[in-house]
Amino acid sequence: MASKTIKLDYLARVEGEGAFKVVVRDGAVKHAELRIFEPPRFFEAFLRGRSYMEVPDITARICGICPIAYMMGSIHALEKVLGIKIDGQLRELRRLIYCGEWIESHVLHVFMLHAPDFLGYDSVIQMAKDHGDLVKKALEFKKVGNDIMTTIGGREIHPINVRVGGFYRVPTKRELQPLAEKLKGVRDFAIEAIRLVAKFDFPDSERDYEFVALRHPSEYPLNEGRLVSNKGMDIPIEDYDATFEETHVEHSTALHSHIRGRGPYFTGPLARYSLNFDKLTPTAQQVAREVGLGKTCNNPFKSIVVRLVESLYAVEEALRIIAAYEPPEKPFVEGTVRAGSGCHATEAPRGICYHRYTIDDAGLVTFARIIAPTSQNQPTIEKDLTSFVGNWLDLPDKELQYRCEQAIRNYDPCISCSCHFLKLDVDRG
Amino acid sequence: MPRTVVLGIGNIERGDDGAGRRTARLLRHMLLERAEIVELDGEATTILAKLEGADTAYLIDACVSNLPAGTVHRIDAKEGELPQAYSDLSTHGFGLAAAIELGRALGRLPPRTIVYAIEGECFDPGLPLTEAVAAATVAVADRIRQEIEEDEACTKPR
Repeated sequence: MASKTIKLDYLARVEGEGAFKVVVRDGAVKHAELRIFEPPRFFEAFLRGRSYMEVPDITARICGICPIAYMMGSIHALEKVLGIKIDGQLRELRRLIYCGEWIESHVLHVFMLHAPDFLGYDSVIQMAKDHGDLVKKALEFKKVGNDIMTTIGGREIHPINVRVGGFYRVPTKRELQPLAEKLKGVRDFAIEAIRLVAKFDFPDSERDYEFVALRHPSEYPLNEGRLVSNKGMDIPIEDYDATFEETHVEHSTALHSHIRGRGPYFTGPLARYSLNFDKLTPTAQQVAREVGLGKTCNNPFKSIVVRLVESLYAVEEALRIIAAYEPPEKPFVEGTVRAGSGCHATEAPRGICYHRYTIDDAGLVTFARIIAPTSQNQPTIEKDLTSFVGNWLDLPDKELQYRCEQAIRNYDPCISCSCHFLKLDVDRG
Repeated sequence: MPRTVVLGIGNIERGDDGAGRRTARLLRHMLLERAEIVELDGEATTILAKLEGADTAYLIDACVSNLPAGTVHRIDAKEGELPQAYSDLSTHGFGLAAAIELGRALGRLPPRTIVYAIEGECFDPGLPLTEAVAAATVAVADRIRQEIEEDEACTKPR
């Protein structure tokens, strides 16, 4: 087989609509394209003219899986303009609700969308027939994430209780207690799941990535930190625009991101883990070591294990926050409405989510820019396909296509967020 | 007292995809406290979680099987697998049909699970329901109200 085209017109088990095409000539991969054709959603345009107070509730609507990421990015950026600094229990509550989103998003992806790839099932429905107990436990685990979102955010999808300056209402100590009980109830499964998933058969596919993630001096990154990489980057979030660039490619309605002058990079769980292993809880570090994950991991197929390590971290971090919680005196901090620009990035489940806004004297938005993690990872996904598919060309077409889909799902791409469905096209000539 | 849940599924901001949620809103006025009415965006595990502990569930969603817009399908989930046409509209390809089949595989479907699927035509962002689908939501709400009243009549102590 010297040449062929692998083409998939609809990739299942990813969020949103896209396609995928790999062109093989003379036994080598010539070209790989992740084609995103879902229409752009123009969020940045329709934020213009809106009050800064409306922004988080609008940006939350970008994604039903990770609304907190879109709320937190906009809130922090706007707080910088308004001169608001959040600390103490309000800051902790923000970490707590973000832990809820990580659990919900990671567990959904690991068990409902990605595990069937490794266990040889077309979907979690077939998997559930043979592994019913595992799926039931996973559903319980995910539900705890939803419950955190509901308790703090008012509802599990698109929370309504999160605002610039803090929250509309903060929970009582008693309201958080049931969450602590539920978190303790899933903690053992969170560990068991890492051990189980680490035994999956992983393709021996590694690349020398430039990992980019937030890093904070004292905690595993969620809301704050500097942007760092394993290739020497260490910059404040304010330098994002000077360091990264977005370009348009014909085959995607989502812009591609690069590091200026260097090229593609990798954001998301594998990057966060590899740059922040020392900030995980002792149990998360110990279980990761026990299952053979090093302090860094360059095999994107193992992202499924890393997501579970992060889920365990989120459980333990949430328990820590709840144990020390004392309701703050005021649910939010007021700022001064004034003209200015502010930017921020937080760690969405899929990676860095960057926001920049300008508001006028009346607090109305005059400029908005939002860069989703999937948009940033697109060139890296294409490079993975170009690098890995060459080793799989002896596989029958159906299996090859399946392996390519699996490689894309390593990134848990949220296509709706990035533009915002997937179709596969392998051209072997 | 048997517990009845009504789940309206879809995206109200995308034309006919809002059919399920619009029907749920109509039923909220018609049924008041007699059933738990929930609106959802269609993610399967969340749908499954809302079915927990229910004796009867009515799920309403839009579908595309190339029949005229507004055509109403009534499916008793106990009678077999849901057709593919009912799973294409959700993100992840992991929506209503996946929730029902996952619930079936795990033995977690309510004893009576009825799906109403309304054939949609236009799913463009920002547009309202098409006329035929809007009319179908009123008809489906009325059929579900009747079914719930018949259920209540059967379970009422004599």
